[in-house]
Amino acid sequence: MHGPAKREQAPVQERSKLVSFEVFVVPHMGAAYNLARWLTRNEHDAEDVVQEAYLRAYRFYDAYHGGDFRAWLLTIVRNTCYTWLQQNRKPSALLDEDMAELDSAKSNPETLLLRNIDAKLLRQAIEELPLEFREAIVLRELEGLSYKEIAAIACVPLGTVMSRLARARDRLQSRLAGQIRKGGIA
Amino acid sequence: MSCEDARGLLHAYVDGELDLVRSLEIEKHLESCKTCAQTVQNQQTLSSAMRSSSFYFRPPRELKPRIDAALRRSERKVPWSMLALAAALLIAGVFVDRLVQFGSGSNSANLVAQEVLDSHLRSLMPGHLSDVQSSDRHTVKPWFNGKLDFSPPVADFAEQGFPLIGGRLDSVEGRTVAVLVYQRRRHLINVYVWPSPNSGDSATNTTTRQGYNMIHWTRAGTTWWLASDVNASDLQNLAGMLHQ
Repeated sequence: MHGPAKREQAPVQERSKLVSFEVFVVPHMGAAYNLARWLTRNEHDAEDVVQEAYLRAYRFYDAYHGGDFRAWLLTIVRNTCYTWLQQNRKPSALLDEDMAELDSAKSNPETLLLRNIDAKLLRQAIEELPLEFREAIVLRELEGLSYKEIAAIACVPLGTVMSRLARARDRLQSRLAGQIRKGGIA
Repeated sequence: MSCEDARGLLHAYVDGELDLVRSLEIEKHLESCKTCAQTVQNQQTLSSAMRSSSFYFRPPRELKPRIDAALRRSERKVPWSMLALAAALLIAGVFVDRLVQFGSGSNSANLVAQEVLDSHLRSLMPGHLSDVQSSDRHTVKPWFNGKLDFSPPVADFAEQGFPLIGGRLDSVEGRTVAVLVYQRRRHLINVYVWPSPNSGDSATNTTTRQGYNMIHWTRAGTTWWLASDVNASDLQNLAGMLHQ
């Protein structure tokens, strides 16, 4: 009689797993999509990546012991994006962390006024950031993650997160400042 | 703090990533350094601009059903013959299980156990787990008001690793009972509570049914049942906390 009792566990446990996954992981689909959309810069690609990431996450779910489900899912989304970008697009220029900063707004920053920021331009400026900068800025500003969480997701040291964020923001600011200078203030 | 030292920490300062001592040092520096103060202000402005909702991409409506379907498809990759066999064994197993229960002159506790387990399995159907979803017991507790003729004890054990994530009404032994839903890592635990003023206190009883762990006891006129796929020792931990 032990045979049947053991065999029936497989589908039963599978159902518990699926429900648990739907309760804890599926609700973070918004965060997953937002990250994928910013990293792939395309809505259809983002949907494919999110679906692929969810299937991967489900496969890994048995080995995951719980904790921060959103950060765990975002790590998988991020890695799926990178794989996807490597396979489907021409490789983007590799980021050299030590590259001399050319566009830093270190000298004499101009005052940035919220009402003067052109949202469309800012969006475009973020999309033009190198992948690693974009990832850091999206996780920080849009997901509100800490440096430590970002470091874990991007698999880099804390200091690298800090410098990527600083340089990403410098670039965004000089883009916006340049526009304000050119366009003048109405 | 020198301007050069401060400059390297301004982003971390705005992001709230510095300890108190260094934050205060930066603040002191900002009072005297216009350039750094401006950098901080610009960074805050930039953050506010990005945090406006228009920068957060919302998934299209059809994405969730698409992923739900993909998850269910991936589950069904088990060959059909295996699935049919598993189903047959499941039915046979349940049948034998019940036969054994009845054969052994089974008591009412056994029938209640089966009812609780059936309810637990029903709760695992999509959308059946929770009627009120909240990690806040102050939301869950009033939700039961007026729906039951008793007030279930609602406690959150998030600090001990068992957050309360919701509640619902269910039916056991023909009466409406309160169900509290707890989380243990990635596992869900259903806690059934109902008053049983005519039953004496019973010891804590741990069993395994169809692969699920269950714990049950009656104390002070209240009957408790716990059901979950979490391991037995975790379930006992929660039972211990509920007991107090």
